[in-house]
Amino acid sequence: MATTMTADEISAIEGRHPQIFKRPAYRRFWPLLLIAGTVFYLAYALWFFSLPQVLKESHWERLPLFLSQWISYDLQPEFRLDQPQITPKYPRFSALGENPNPDWVIRNPDGTYTVQIDGEAKSVTFDKSKAVIVAHGETVPISLTGGKPQVTGPVPGWVTVHDDEVVAKMGFVGEVRVTVDRVKVRKRFLGWANFVFDTRSPFFGKSAGEVFSLIVSGPELKPGTSNLALAADNIWNNAQWQHGDVWTKLLQTIVMAFLGTLLGGIVAFPLAFFAARNITPSGLLSQVLKRFFDFMRSVDMLIWALFFTRAFGPGPLAGSAAIFFTEIGTLGKTYSEALENIDDKPREGVLSTGANGILVQRYGVLPEVVPIFISQTLYQWESNTRGATIIGAVGAGGIGLKLWEAMRTNSNWANVFYMVLLTLAVVFIFDNISNFLRRRLSRTLHDYNRLQAAQG
Amino acid sequence: MTASATIHSEATRRQADAWRRQTSLRRFYTALGVGLLLVAMFATMWFADEANAGHFFERLPHILDFLSWLIPQDWNDVWRALFDIASPHDKGTQEFNFPLGRVYVWGGFYIPEYFELMLTTINVALVSTFIGFVFAVPFSFIAARNLTPSPILRLVVKRFMELLRAFPEIVIAGLFAAIVSIGPVAAIIAIGLHSIGALGKLFYEINENIDMRPEEGLRAVGANWVERVRFADLPQVLPNFMSYTLLRIEINVRISTIMGAVGGGGIGEELKLAISRGFGAKTLALVLLLFVTIFLVDQFSAWLRRKLVGEQAFLMSA
Repeated sequence: MATTMTADEISAIEGRHPQIFKRPAYRRFWPLLLIAGTVFYLAYALWFFSLPQVLKESHWERLPLFLSQWISYDLQPEFRLDQPQITPKYPRFSALGENPNPDWVIRNPDGTYTVQIDGEAKSVTFDKSKAVIVAHGETVPISLTGGKPQVTGPVPGWVTVHDDEVVAKMGFVGEVRVTVDRVKVRKRFLGWANFVFDTRSPFFGKSAGEVFSLIVSGPELKPGTSNLALAADNIWNNAQWQHGDVWTKLLQTIVMAFLGTLLGGIVAFPLAFFAARNITPSGLLSQVLKRFFDFMRSVDMLIWALFFTRAFGPGPLAGSAAIFFTEIGTLGKTYSEALENIDDKPREGVLSTGANGILVQRYGVLPEVVPIFISQTLYQWESNTRGATIIGAVGAGGIGLKLWEAMRTNSNWANVFYMVLLTLAVVFIFDNISNFLRRRLSRTLHDYNRLQAAQG
Repeated sequence: MTASATIHSEATRRQADAWRRQTSLRRFYTALGVGLLLVAMFATMWFADEANAGHFFERLPHILDFLSWLIPQDWNDVWRALFDIASPHDKGTQEFNFPLGRVYVWGGFYIPEYFELMLTTINVALVSTFIGFVFAVPFSFIAARNLTPSPILRLVVKRFMELLRAFPEIVIAGLFAAIVSIGPVAAIIAIGLHSIGALGKLFYEINENIDMRPEEGLRAVGANWVERVRFADLPQVLPNFMSYTLLRIEINVRISTIMGAVGGGGIGEELKLAISRGFGAKTLALVLLLFVTIFLVDQFSAWLRRKLVGEQAFLMSA
């Protein structure tokens, strides 16, 4: 049931809506110009950051490795073959503690050693003269007698033969490196090692049940201290995960955001009344205050953070002060804008009863703006909780610096992930608290918006 | 007062009592809330002071001493530092080696070092906002309840954006610093990913509040999903999208400055160095440049937003 329009009808429609069909050229072409400008700018940015060069030199193969290190750890036993007796050696501070005796390192009756990297299917068996690597359903024998390691038979793709070393990669679970005088194994485990007790703790290596029974009824492991207190102390001071330090720093981040936002709100609140055009007694004062707010905002949080770090020394005090100063500007600006948008009628009503200045603000203005003020403050609190993490990295206290330091070594990704998870949890919790509080306020806000709409 | 007002019926009195009770209860709750907030404030103040390297009251008398290094012996050094002009105070130390940073473009014509660094910071902000915008727009259409019928798809996209938003930027920056080398590209990736989440959330909330009648019209003539989004939704939301994107540029300029201070390239690093070493003239030059730039970016963005969506832009930013 298609209908066809006659030419007259088409031109009639065109005539009725000139703003759609007869637009001036600049209006028709500005989107095109915008797109062209964007493309041009991107080409410039490509050149500016020498992106092709950077991408060519980047190491994307590291990404999966780093990501896997977030949720796993590895053990690297080394076996010296040039000593009279082959013995496994573990690096200092290995996750296994001082007396490692893992069940995946097997001493066979015939004097050879077997290291199971992933059960029988991925393993290496060796003595001083030869090594046999098993993985991916293939068996690779290596002779160690000829002065350098030599693979006897075909070399599969997962084995690389260097001059003096044979490297067998077994995927996520680890790898084996064989030279004539040593065998190095890297075995990767999913999870976080020694998350609760570190290797120095007397509770190390015990099952949850054993620890529980020790705490409840065991003999005192350290004379003069109850086992419960000892366990708590061991967890808090875990050398590898530093729970105590991490949680304290996390609390500092929370405190920085809370204190900075709250103090900023307290200072901005009275100032905003003098900055709002419709309330202030003097236009000059309004201008001065507004420029002051702009100044506080434009001197970036980073600059404040660096200044206060120098003034007070590194720590959460510097961070709180930086957020406080920035927030005076941000909240002052938003508060005064909210005040300028109020409905004047309640104020006039209170004024007409002969109330003085303060009473007019209290009963004619405040009821209208307090929900907006609180909502805006909560919003800033939320965003400062995230921001406090970053300014921490320049020394302003909190978890930021710890995160940055853990990342710089490129080896502590599990610790980084632990801190990230905690930060995410904090952001999530505070978002929800703030959202909940703002929703409670939204009914009042809704009334406000309706009034605004009615006012036009 | 008429006589009727003086007659207190039982009902009126009960009503007045109830009102009084309610008011005093509310006053009690308000006082309790304010009291708790004050207790929390003083407790956190004490905590922040305890944990800090220097303490507030101990450092307070010295706060002006600390500013003394900031006052340069020669105010002209601020301009010299800003424009890389040789200073007569130059004794070969880092404090006054202004001409060393010149970036020569053409013969004797150069861009002063700090302007070059500021340009890097701004470019980081612009490119990362662009990345955020490009990905946030399609994501926001998928995440909007009124445009995408599949609740699973919506949930996945929403959670993903939430994760991007909450993930600390310095971790992403640190991760990519190890992959693409430390510098502005790692900062772009970090800020860009964060912007996808931040803009995506704002965008899909706009999408959910559109007028659905044009969409129904297009649906009636048989338009597919892409066409409906393009011709019914996009024209309604684009001004608001642009407004939020401009707001994001303001935020990203600040974040990219901070990123610079932790190795992301740009002006932040130089500022951190100048303040920590106590180079007065250099610090003032950098602060001045940064202040003016951020101020101009803010004013320009505010002007453009006002043109795009009117005063609404400023109500919504709250």
